[in-house]
Amino acid sequence: MKAAVIVFPGSNCDRDAATALELITGRKPQMVWHGDAALPDVDVIVVPGGFSYGDYLRSGAMAAHSPVMASVKAAADKGVRVLGICNGFQVLTEAGMLPGVLMRNRDLKFICRDVLLRVETTASEFTSAYKKGQVIRIPVAHHDGNYFAEPAVLDELESQDRVAFRYCDAAGATPEAANPNGSQRNIAGILNARRNVLGMMPHPERLADPLLGGTDGAPMFTALLNAFA
Amino acid sequence: MKAKVHVTLKSGVLDPQGKAVGHALTALGFDGVLGVRQGKYIELDIAETDPVKAKPLVEDMCRKLLANTVIENFAIDLEG
Repeated sequence: MKAAVIVFPGSNCDRDAATALELITGRKPQMVWHGDAALPDVDVIVVPGGFSYGDYLRSGAMAAHSPVMASVKAAADKGVRVLGICNGFQVLTEAGMLPGVLMRNRDLKFICRDVLLRVETTASEFTSAYKKGQVIRIPVAHHDGNYFAEPAVLDELESQDRVAFRYCDAAGATPEAANPNGSQRNIAGILNARRNVLGMMPHPERLADPLLGGTDGAPMFTALLNAFA
Repeated sequence: MKAKVHVTLKSGVLDPQGKAVGHALTALGFDGVLGVRQGKYIELDIAETDPVKAKPLVEDMCRKLLANTVIENFAIDLEG
């Protein structure tokens, strides 16, 4: 499995993503600078977390129009897997590759802690190594993670089994109290219609190595690797 | 000419920042603030001098970058 990690000015999880990818796939991903319009030939592209372009105007708005994103979009249209984490999710929504938008957190605070997620679908190459309904612990670190879309869009995401993760409690229930940021219907991650683009606010790359206190993020990278085995 | 762009949240989209500002105004003793919605004001200096051409140009800028039309509306005033 060949992977690339996009690097914007202000990205700060690009090396975490690269480390997790290398740990699990055994191959160093290529780091691709935002100004490069040409992408290497890869199977998986990670759009990492951080504060691309200082989050000027809106989180992800500038990065969505950088030269490299046109190539990422074209690659996704050809079926390449694209994983957007945190700021990467914001970039993918701003680029129109995923529906909706990530608004300021309900309580206006930057949230940096572990949250519990319920795996909503295993029917994707990102989530196939989890079990449906499994509760996993993954860190979040964001100010703008409050997922919003029109009710019709949310209904469509649900009817097409495109909600990948929801914020939940230890029992796997999804009350408002388990929702850290006010996201509509506790949504933490979604897939595109073709199921080759996943955007999520939590950071699986930050809990992929036992040294970091947990490995609940690792199956995402294992699943991607298995897709190419 | 100058293009003055106001970007505002669509009605129905929650505005926690506006709400917090409203609470702060009430705490300062300003009674009767029934609602606060926070938005952005962007002033553009553009080379185009014909308002008939400038309007669609700035609208295009709003749709492509200045506003996220999933949650935001925009209004344009042209001057000069």
